[in-house]
Amino acid sequence: MKNNNGTVTYLDSIHRYGRIWGIVLFVLIMAFPFAIAIIFDAKPEWGPLARGTLAILPMYWAVGIVEILTYVPMLGAGGAYLSFVTGNIANLKLPCAIDAMERANVKASSEEGEIISTISIAVSSIVTTLIIIIGVILIIPLSPILSSEVLNAAFEQLLPALFGGLAVVFISKNLKLSVAPIVLMLVLFIFVPALNAGTVGIMVPVGVVFTIVVARILYKKGML
Amino acid sequence: MEFNINSPILFVMVGILILVVLGQSVFFLCKALKRSKELGMDKKVIKKTISSSAVFTVAPAVAILVGVITLSKSLGIALPWLRLSVIGSLTYETVAAGTALEELGLGLEMPIVEASDFVTVVFVMTTGIIIGLLLVPFVTKKIQKGMNKIEMKDKKWGEILNNAMFLGMISAFLGYVFCDVANVFHGDTSGLIPVCVMAVSAVVMMICGLLSRKLKQRWITDYALPISLVCGMASAIPFTAWLR
Repeated sequence: MKNNNGTVTYLDSIHRYGRIWGIVLFVLIMAFPFAIAIIFDAKPEWGPLARGTLAILPMYWAVGIVEILTYVPMLGAGGAYLSFVTGNIANLKLPCAIDAMERANVKASSEEGEIISTISIAVSSIVTTLIIIIGVILIIPLSPILSSEVLNAAFEQLLPALFGGLAVVFISKNLKLSVAPIVLMLVLFIFVPALNAGTVGIMVPVGVVFTIVVARILYKKGML
Repeated sequence: MEFNINSPILFVMVGILILVVLGQSVFFLCKALKRSKELGMDKKVIKKTISSSAVFTVAPAVAILVGVITLSKSLGIALPWLRLSVIGSLTYETVAAGTALEELGLGLEMPIVEASDFVTVVFVMTTGIIIGLLLVPFVTKKIQKGMNKIEMKDKKWGEILNNAMFLGMISAFLGYVFCDVANVFHGDTSGLIPVCVMAVSAVVMMICGLLSRKLKQRWITDYALPISLVCGMASAIPFTAWLR
């Protein structure tokens, strides 16, 4: 459909199917531990279960909610429904979508942006799933190679290698806007010992909110 | 049924779940491709989006596979395969599994023997990450509507807002790259490894941009991110040997 209603129709159907797939997958994934318990005729150890859940749940759910609010606007509708099922958002899906939209020269908020983001995240999800399937099939011969110290050194540095390249693209195009958030994050991460690989997820929304505030001030002053 | 962390039934169940997830990706891919045709979007752009997204994904996907291998020592292969293919990420899953195993008096290096222990770990890991899957179907439309409203009100600000969000995320990860730099003052130079890797990746990205312009070879830009990613990761090998 190429008429004006097309946009609404496409986005509405993405939301409709996104909800259906999301609810079906939620039920299936929640059913998995119950199915294992029934098949192996085993009850969970209630004490460790309660303590383990209490230890991680408040933090994971709080981070999860903040991640939804931060990443959904950037991923677009189709991208969000896919990414929150397949995971690995910050280290794979979102950089993949951002790069694809940048190269296709489309705005994230446009329908074209929505389509490019969905295609790149869907392709990325499919390729990831297939590579892991191949890896699981070949896990015995692959384990010693992939677990080797030399390759581990490379895999440990995935995020710096990923964001180094991505930063060049975005900073070069948004020089004025980049300075304040980068300086803030460098100061925080260098001088606050509690900030590390484990807490970077929490700092993403902080960086996003701070950059939006700076952008608003610069925009109001006519500097952007 | 007798329990084993690598019991065939676990692989069957995980296989079915992963097939459904794969089905969702294929479904949305087809819908987006169909819509791109309706809008008359350039086929070349779509093809390049597909190929460069696929190429870009290889290195991070192999890193995820390494996570599956790491967790498989205690949890078997099927559970990490599921957890890292669906929703999870290595950082979350390792902490969730580690916490549950610790409560059970076990560790990440020893295979689980008792079915009840395994069920406990699966429950903790599942409830920990389920919030996204639970909320996204209900809030995505509202969030997107809010974004559209801002865009309709002021188009230019809408575009700046999007860029600001991307930059905010990138700046947080750039900060993270420097998180162990201060250790240099205590004689530990390993904190410089991510900084050097990031610098290599950034330089390679700049070279790709320059080469693409000078040689008028557009494909270099299309694959610049995966090229810089792989070069950065490869440079980590000598940097680690030197600085650790």
